Amino acid sequence: MSSTDTRMKVSVWRGDHEGGEFQIFDVPAQDSQTVLDVVAWIQQNDDPTLSYRFACRVGMCGSCAMMVNGQPRWTCRTHVKKVLKDNCIEIGPLRNLPVIKDLAADMDPFFEKWVKAEGVFHPSKTRNDQIEEIDPASVQRVKADAGIECINCSVCYASCDTVAGNPDFLGPAALNRAWTLYNDSRDAGSRKILDAVSGAGGCHNCHSMGSCAHFCPNGLNPMDAIAGLKRATAAAFFRRRT
Amino acid sequence: MLDIRLYLLQRLSALVMAPLVIGHLAVMIYAIQGGLSAAEILGRTQGSFAWATFYGTFVIAVSVHAAIGLRVIAHEWLGLGARALSVLTWIAFLVLVWMGVRAVWAVTAPGGVA
Repeated sequence: MSSTDTRMKVSVWRGDHEGGEFQIFDVPAQDSQTVLDVVAWIQQNDDPTLSYRFACRVGMCGSCAMMVNGQPRWTCRTHVKKVLKDNCIEIGPLRNLPVIKDLAADMDPFFEKWVKAEGVFHPSKTRNDQIEEIDPASVQRVKADAGIECINCSVCYASCDTVAGNPDFLGPAALNRAWTLYNDSRDAGSRKILDAVSGAGGCHNCHSMGSCAHFCPNGLNPMDAIAGLKRATAAAFFRRRT
Repeated sequence: MLDIRLYLLQRLSALVMAPLVIGHLAVMIYAIQGGLSAAEILGRTQGSFAWATFYGTFVIAVSVHAAIGLRVIAHEWLGLGARALSVLTWIAFLVLVWMGVRAVWAVTAPGGVA
């Protein structure tokens, strides 16, 4: 990494769940610098009280998601040169979640909604049963595979305007997980899943605006998963009544 | 704040409205093309069970559809809670039905409304 003389202005959100404000830091620009590098530089060289969250630094763990210039991103996979505007960057905690401190958002509501959407595996076999053979090319498995790479980073949740307006909405990630499990032939909870996503905060609240699909760093399409859940719940609703 | 019942009601009411909107637009264009006067239009609609059914169904579908739509907007933009939303949904539905039924009655009542 070669350093240059140029420096940039970085606005970083400082505060907690009660509120806060942006604080400006003067950070040296370097080649191949990521937004996470910038945050780490500030914490290590300017203000050690800055709080943020990260783990793998290579886009696998989903810990370092933050709002960069108002858009949710994995900071470890976002190059500064891509987001630098007039030599400035604005970095804040993920939207739609309570702030613990500075750039660290409280992920509890996000994960609670995964459980609420029945985004947990419902075993259909015991350890004594034969391992089930899964055909990766089957229609159902292809649908399940489409959403399986979610790493729970909450970028889609932070981008969702429906969550912003309707805090009870389960959100794209939880519903994507529910749809994945619904299509997993090994999961025995399809009825439970459809009931869980049919309530007041369920999949039917989605306006299909598509921010989740637009911002997902893994290229997943939770909006498509939600559309699948809408169809499945509607079909089940009429089936149960006939 | 939509559960599956409200979601389906809104979709089904949209399904009912789609052909009625097309019919309504077609009739409007037809009536204007031929230069029909208000009296001539009323002459065709008054006492007509078919027109009363057409626009009566339209009114019910619109009232259901719009009341649920307003409910969503009120929740997302005004942050109203579940109870207030139910009250608002019912009021919106009843007001729209009342206004719509009055309008339908005004043009389809046999012999006209005094």
